[in-house]
Amino acid sequence: MVHIKRLQENGADIVAIIGEIDASSSIELDLAIAKSVGEGYKKILVDCSALEYISSAGLGVFMSYIEELRDKNVAFVLFGLKEKVLNTFSILGLADLLKIATGKEDAMKLANELSV
Amino acid sequence: MNYQYNIGCSLHNLKGVREFIRTSLQHYDISDLEMGAIVLAMDEMCSNLMIHAHHCNPDHVIQIRIVANDPHKFIFEIIDDGMMFDINDFSEPEIGNLVHEKRKGGLGIRLVKTIMDKIEYKKEGDKNVCRLFKTV
Repeated sequence: MVHIKRLQENGADIVAIIGEIDASSSIELDLAIAKSVGEGYKKILVDCSALEYISSAGLGVFMSYIEELRDKNVAFVLFGLKEKVLNTFSILGLADLLKIATGKEDAMKLANELSV
Repeated sequence: MNYQYNIGCSLHNLKGVREFIRTSLQHYDISDLEMGAIVLAMDEMCSNLMIHAHHCNPDHVIQIRIVANDPHKFIFEIIDDGMMFDINDFSEPEIGNLVHEKRKGGLGIRLVKTIMDKIEYKKEGDKNVCRLFKTV
């Protein structure tokens, strides 16, 4: 089960993932990111502080947006990942492909730098 | 000790798979990170099987067994009677290609192969038995 909330702060769209993302729920993450990108946000921050678990289905969603985000010059930053969740990214070497920050402030700073 | 769990092939049951693994292994000396990785690998194996061999038909049942004869060596068995889906036959896609092709799949196999020590498939009677070995 996953809940996804979106809120806007200083021109950035913050997508908060609450719960677990597996093959049954990854579609919800996909829809939320698609909406955020579709609404034209240039800074998208993904709040993972309440993300308890992610499987390859969820990782695949992030991967599938990498090129589109690059083409549209969207700064996309994940933050607040728990160690166990970060470990899943690290096993696959995805930590290098995605921008990952510690907290929200760092994420906002990184997004601002990326969108210059 | 052996532990056993039967589930229907609905992706909504993956949560149950994860809970079964965590509960069965909770009294063994396994770090949180290793536990997380094992749970992830079993989730990936079951979701692959549910999707590719059983088309998510909840009436199809797969059986999961954990054989723990040694407290540091575990064998995870997944038994079903669908089409055999041997992940050893699939080469892991390059991460760069996945990004380019916008593919949402293919990462799971890479995860399982990285996490588990060995993966074997056997036909036993009319059942497919997949055994995943992990030493912690």
